[in-house]
Amino acid sequence: MVEIIDLHKKFGKNNVLNGVDLKIDKGGIFAVLGPNGSGKTTIIKSILGMVIPECGTIKLFDTDIKKNSDYRFKIDYLPQIANFPSNLKVIELFRMIKDLRGKTDRDKELIKTFKLESFLNKKLGTLSGGTKQKVNIVLTFMFNSPIIILDEPTTGLDPISLIRLKELIAEEKQKGKAILITSHIMSFVEEVADEIVFILEGKIYFRGSIKALKTKTKQQDFEHAIAKILTEHSV
Amino acid sequence: MFKILKYSFYDLMRSSWSYVYLGFYLLLGIVLLFLNNDLSKAIITLMNVIIVLVPLIGTIFGVMYYYNSKEFTELLLAQPVKRSSIFLGQYLGVSISLSMSLVLGLGLPFVAYGLFRSNAIWDFSLLLIVGIFLTFIFSALAFNIALSNENKIKGFGYAILMWLLLAVVYDGLFLVSLILFEDYPLDKLSLIATMLNPIDLSRTLIILKLDISALLGYTGAVFKQFFGTSFGLIISFIMLLIWVLLPVLRIIIKSKRKDF
Repeated sequence: MVEIIDLHKKFGKNNVLNGVDLKIDKGGIFAVLGPNGSGKTTIIKSILGMVIPECGTIKLFDTDIKKNSDYRFKIDYLPQIANFPSNLKVIELFRMIKDLRGKTDRDKELIKTFKLESFLNKKLGTLSGGTKQKVNIVLTFMFNSPIIILDEPTTGLDPISLIRLKELIAEEKQKGKAILITSHIMSFVEEVADEIVFILEGKIYFRGSIKALKTKTKQQDFEHAIAKILTEHSV
Repeated sequence: MFKILKYSFYDLMRSSWSYVYLGFYLLLGIVLLFLNNDLSKAIITLMNVIIVLVPLIGTIFGVMYYYNSKEFTELLLAQPVKRSSIFLGQYLGVSISLSMSLVLGLGLPFVAYGLFRSNAIWDFSLLLIVGIFLTFIFSALAFNIALSNENKIKGFGYAILMWLLLAVVYDGLFLVSLILFEDYPLDKLSLIATMLNPIDLSRTLIILKLDISALLGYTGAVFKQFFGTSFGLIISFIMLLIWVLLPVLRIIIKSKRKDF
């Protein structure tokens, strides 16, 4: 579904990605992990075409993403920080994105799930961080795309919304979608992820199941396994 | 692109700045007409205002809109929309709404005054067309500057500097060079210098049409002598068009390579 071949990216003199190869050919939940500044968001933004890599190819369903912007119909993306135009109302934002991407009825159901009805006529600039994140989640899950990318989806969510988010992710997984998640909350990752993609210094350091990671690092629990990799590489 | 244009345009129509701009032109039109009582004189005064002010407003609005709609842009970039459509849509949204404020703000008082019954209508239309050109040129230049500068303050600084250079400093330098090198034939040089500055070009264009030799100045005189009135008008229009197209082209190229 997603194929990344030898991806390189520099920001100024700072090498962020040094040859990333990643292939995802089946559905499931993939957690992209790594220390701050390891290039997680850069990889995600490269898939979305927001960052233009120096070299390397990215293919989605065997088509190079450079050719056309229409491949983004197949991706639902939840950005890390929900930056919305502040003078727009929530309902107008939903309407606008639907206008750009096509019709869907799922938004009503999602608005109900996240209890956003009373916020629909409020301006986005006046919303709290958590509510913004809920709007963000509704926008992301509104369309039924085969690939979902979630960049720090848990930021600012209250416990109930977090449970609903997990249910939503599980539901989408059942449909055979490929879901990429980045998060620093290890308990969340351990709970949802099928596979770990660990990025270190702009390269893929490890890829496999949580169990395989534990055996590799000879640690009993997941959090310590991650911590061990990090201390070994003194990041 | 038209969807983006639509949303940018609505967004700007809701912003109070568009109305301040519109109100300013309404006021200017009314004051000029009722203090002057002479349509053709009012048009000359208006020319001087338009030629300096429209580029300034276009520059500031262009830079401001680009930086202010950063969130909107980031949201759109993850959607199935072409990059060039996003930026061209926003650019056209700014230029069209500014042009509309200009045309409505100046048009209404003049129509109320009885423009359609006077023979100044062509001069007035030309004035508005040049104003629209200047809006499109300077918003495009402003977008270029903003696209190349992540830092807001820097972007604003460069944009204002560009306006100062083209609107004020350029003329001064030009005049000094004319005086310094007066022993040499400067016809061609001054022609080229006029072409290279959209503000000078617009001024020459309007004065050529109004046919006021007293205001023509050195460049205008050379221009008229070299091209004649009608050919001069066509050449200046083509140059203005190039002045719009080149920055727009750079917006497309630059936006394709930028990281967000």
